[in-house]
Amino acid sequence: MAATLEAPVVRSGRTRRRRRAVVATTVLAIVVFCQFVLTMMVGDHFVPPVDVMLSAVHLGDDPMTDFIVRDLRLPTAATALGVGLALGIAGVVFQKLLGNPLASPDFVGVSSGASAFAVAAIVISNAGAAVVSASALSGALLTALIIYLLAWRDGISGYRFVLIGIGVSQFMLSIVGYIVSRGDLYEAREAMTWIVGTVGQAGTGELRTLLGALVLIIPVALVLERPLRMLELGDDTAKALGSRVELNRVAMIALSVVLVGFATAVAGPIMFVALIAGPIAQRITGPGGGILAAGLVGAAIVLGADLVAQHLLPTSLPTGVITGIIGAPYLIWLLATVNREGRGG
Amino acid sequence: MTSHDLRAENLTLGYSDTDIVTDLDVQIPDGRITVIVGANACGKSTLLRGLARLLTPRGGQVVLDGKSVQDMRSIDVAKVLGLLPQSPVAPDGITVGDLVGRGRYPHQGWFRRWSDDDDRAVEAALEATGTTELADRNISELSGGQRQRVWVAMALAQDTDLLLLDEPTTFLDINHQVELLDLLTDLNRASGKTIVIVLHDLNLACRYADHIIAMKKGAILAEGAPKDVITAAVVTEVFGLACEVVPDPVSDTPMIVPRGRHHAPQAVIQRLA
Repeated sequence: MAATLEAPVVRSGRTRRRRRAVVATTVLAIVVFCQFVLTMMVGDHFVPPVDVMLSAVHLGDDPMTDFIVRDLRLPTAATALGVGLALGIAGVVFQKLLGNPLASPDFVGVSSGASAFAVAAIVISNAGAAVVSASALSGALLTALIIYLLAWRDGISGYRFVLIGIGVSQFMLSIVGYIVSRGDLYEAREAMTWIVGTVGQAGTGELRTLLGALVLIIPVALVLERPLRMLELGDDTAKALGSRVELNRVAMIALSVVLVGFATAVAGPIMFVALIAGPIAQRITGPGGGILAAGLVGAAIVLGADLVAQHLLPTSLPTGVITGIIGAPYLIWLLATVNREGRGG
Repeated sequence: MTSHDLRAENLTLGYSDTDIVTDLDVQIPDGRITVIVGANACGKSTLLRGLARLLTPRGGQVVLDGKSVQDMRSIDVAKVLGLLPQSPVAPDGITVGDLVGRGRYPHQGWFRRWSDDDDRAVEAALEATGTTELADRNISELSGGQRQRVWVAMALAQDTDLLLLDEPTTFLDINHQVELLDLLTDLNRASGKTIVIVLHDLNLACRYADHIIAMKKGAILAEGAPKDVITAAVVTEVFGLACEVVPDPVSDTPMIVPRGRHHAPQAVIQRLA
């Protein structure tokens, strides 16, 4: 087609979109890094930023600072970072894949499934880190599989997936309630704290699993960004453009579910992060923005929520309470506007 | 344009437990405009989706240039054959330029990302559909007519020799319907692109089709040039509608005038008889 034609309009538009996305993503990364360092600075004993960074990379020479930074604060900061990245990525992949802003894993029951299995492991068998991680992962996978199979009818529609997901979510939450009511008082309290979701009490084993999974999965997610840009056009268009729809969809759902499972095992089901990270990222980066930006916004939310929960309030609260306070009004706004625009399906 | 041979052989298509199209044979004339007509649920959209490899045949096969499309890689089919679905979905907040650019997917790969060819193809597609000025606009801001032109632009950016469109005029007013069909005719006449359209409006179908296919209950009832095929008897058979067929005063193609039960004075009926 018209091989001699110049393409200034198209090229300038594309360059502008890409530049905005790259700049915005870089700024987000810097913000997240600052929050990450800040999390390790503040507390009963203030540590200056330079000392934090030196100590975190094992170049510090003060054992007291090393203890505070590496042993007390780094696990929390790393948990917030990892959980935020995982939830942000999983959320945006689900939403784009199913073409519905409500279709985030915490809303459709994948997180609840992970919770149910993890709580069962904690209360019933008093399990160790590896077993809790594995239970949460299998809970997430099993729930996703159930929703996928129930929602399947000559293909997957976002609307049906969301509705069935909400039903499955309620089912899983009732299982959680049952298990907690059967546990003894100490375990039940333990489980309840965990269910609200907090980054402060992560086990090292679960954290390692999550960070390892992130290192493997983030590059894969970035590779899958290209087919994801096809799938968000709907199955028919994506197929007509030569995309292998079913294969790509299953791969992307699996990857997100693994992230949600491991993140839940570490910090409990921190609600609303997966739901709001993608839309916020899109506002910041423009429609050219992608999976990485959503992950960074997720990390910024969890790190920010933890800072607020631990240091700005008179009593320290679980992280999930803060994300709930941010997320619930957004959800209400979303439900109101989605219906008005008729985009629920 | 290279010439292509797209045909269905004993094709059976369906969803869940019902067959919609049964044992159908058809050949799409190369370099022409083919229009598929028929009553609701006669299988015309299903046939189109089957031809575009969106459905796996229950029986028979779709053959493109001598090879069964099921045996071809989807990306290779997408380089030759494009399809605009009935109600395509635009992601939230996407701009026209970005959306049209996604039509270039089959020409890119993991290592061969965006090239000057892609820019040129997108630019040409915007130009052909008169949407260049809209390139930086958000899809959700556009009118129905503009939006449909943008989707056609995306299908054009795919740069395929065959283009299938499923009821592209459905949500358009009469003015934009004619404009869109004129545009598709321009593309066909200018570059020899083979075009297959599923249409509801019989009169427009007769005017714009080089080749018309009338379907009923998953089978082809009649096909050929509109003048040879569209008679009162065929329309009655296909749509269950009593009608007169007169020459279109503009294009001299068949024009369908439905009878209905009202508004037909005896004098007029006698004159027609």
